[in-house]
Amino acid sequence: MTRSPGRRLLAATVGVIYFFLMLPLLVVFPISLSSAPYLQFPPPGLSWQWYERYLDDPQWIDATWRSITVGCGTAALALLLGVPLAFSLVRGRFRGRALVDRLALAPMIVPTIILSVSVYGIFAKLKLIGTWYGLVLAHTVLALPFVVLVLSAGLRDFDRALEQAAEGLGASRWRTLARVTLPLLRPSLVSAGLLAFISSFDELVVALFLAGTNMTLPKKMFDNILMEIDPTIAAVSVIQILLVSIVLVLIGRFGRGLRDSAR
Amino acid sequence: MFSSSRPWPALPAFLLLLVFFLFPVARMLAFSLEGGTLDWYAKALGEGLYLRVMWNTFEIALLVTACCLLLGYPVGFLMATTTPFWATLGFIFVLLPLWTSVLVRTYAWMVLLGRNGVINRTLMESGLTSDPIPMLHNFSGVLIGMVHVLLPYMVLPVYGAVRRVDPSVVAAAAGLGASTGRIFWRVYLPLTLNGIFAGSVLVFVLSLGFFITPALLGGGRVMMIAVLIEQQVREALNWPFAAALSAVLLAATLVVYAVAQRLGGQEARS
Repeated sequence: MTRSPGRRLLAATVGVIYFFLMLPLLVVFPISLSSAPYLQFPPPGLSWQWYERYLDDPQWIDATWRSITVGCGTAALALLLGVPLAFSLVRGRFRGRALVDRLALAPMIVPTIILSVSVYGIFAKLKLIGTWYGLVLAHTVLALPFVVLVLSAGLRDFDRALEQAAEGLGASRWRTLARVTLPLLRPSLVSAGLLAFISSFDELVVALFLAGTNMTLPKKMFDNILMEIDPTIAAVSVIQILLVSIVLVLIGRFGRGLRDSAR
Repeated sequence: MFSSSRPWPALPAFLLLLVFFLFPVARMLAFSLEGGTLDWYAKALGEGLYLRVMWNTFEIALLVTACCLLLGYPVGFLMATTTPFWATLGFIFVLLPLWTSVLVRTYAWMVLLGRNGVINRTLMESGLTSDPIPMLHNFSGVLIGMVHVLLPYMVLPVYGAVRRVDPSVVAAAAGLGASTGRIFWRVYLPLTLNGIFAGSVLVFVLSLGFFITPALLGGGRVMMIAVLIEQQVREALNWPFAAALSAVLLAATLVVYAVAQRLGGQEARS
């Protein structure tokens, strides 16, 4: 397209919208490095005090570890259950397949607040409130749709001739799976697992109900924000952004592109 | 190989969804009919206070969708029709916030929009206003925060739709002497309606059930249905009423999806 005046106006408008999108990130970084004793912007000077405060507070560190534990547990369980599920949904021909397909994607459609409140009711009966494995179970329900979507896309593009070749050369069913199918699906598996991790690591609403007094990082942040807007949150935010960025870089490097999976 | 016609590999996941998703939600919704009456629904949809929450939620969802369309369409359009370099940069600007936790972004908006926040300080120091403009703990705060969170969900479908427009059609229109504006209104807009539709449905449905942003930026003064459900369960311990509210929210969500699928075929899911 030529650089018409209309086009320039469009570019300028979009520039402003990009600024709007980036504004929160542009604010969080300087505040986290502020030397002021309270929230002040722009910061009068730079210091690491808010990061030190985060690192010195066992509550924050506990919450961070708990979130990482729950995230890893969710990724593991979501893959363990989601990979066979995706295989049946893409390759299986059984009655009720369409129904299972809908059920597997439903947690993405049903508002999270409804899921949280419902599971809270059950967990209160089962005494699962405040346990890390309870949170893993609930987060796995939310992560399953991601695993199914990413894996299904990978399986649909899969060249079945490679499996037939392995079989023709005398490999058993399980050997073919372990030596041909899963290695070829590795990019999809990596993406699915890391997405499941992020979805749990960032999740607040379910944790708000189910975590009890055992804080996850988002729940601890939420409680702190409700009480006071202290710059420690900005430091925690930056750390969270960095952790998620590392995971995304890993997906970009070893996983199947997110844009490919969206097809 | 592994084209088993038996459903057993799906069984463990199916059981998890049954026990920790389908059953709890069904059990919860059943509370709303406790005592065999529809009284709780009458309360949710009949009492002025709660009716206003429903209406508020609907109004905010509609406004958020409109704002996202207004802001998201130009972004998606430009990204799809610009050079690869600018498109990649655009993707970074759109995806970076998307991958930042909603909580972090909501916190940042609190810092920005507060009475002594960054925006008010800037406005007052530059002499544009003498008194701080109230932007936090009110309708506009919730709107700004929600539009920011949901904008990428509009940009991406619009981007996809504009990319799918056949360039030869645009070239033909230009060759026949159509102006840039005319090309947009007569070629791009009709051909990208599916993207607009998909993005709008997604943003609208996500808005209906939104919790974090209204809870923090609304400061208790802007009540949306998800916040009301949380209060009923955690503070009022009124399960039957929370269940009736959940049923209404779920029904609204499913109706929008069903209508969207009927109208837009597969579009709404992509």
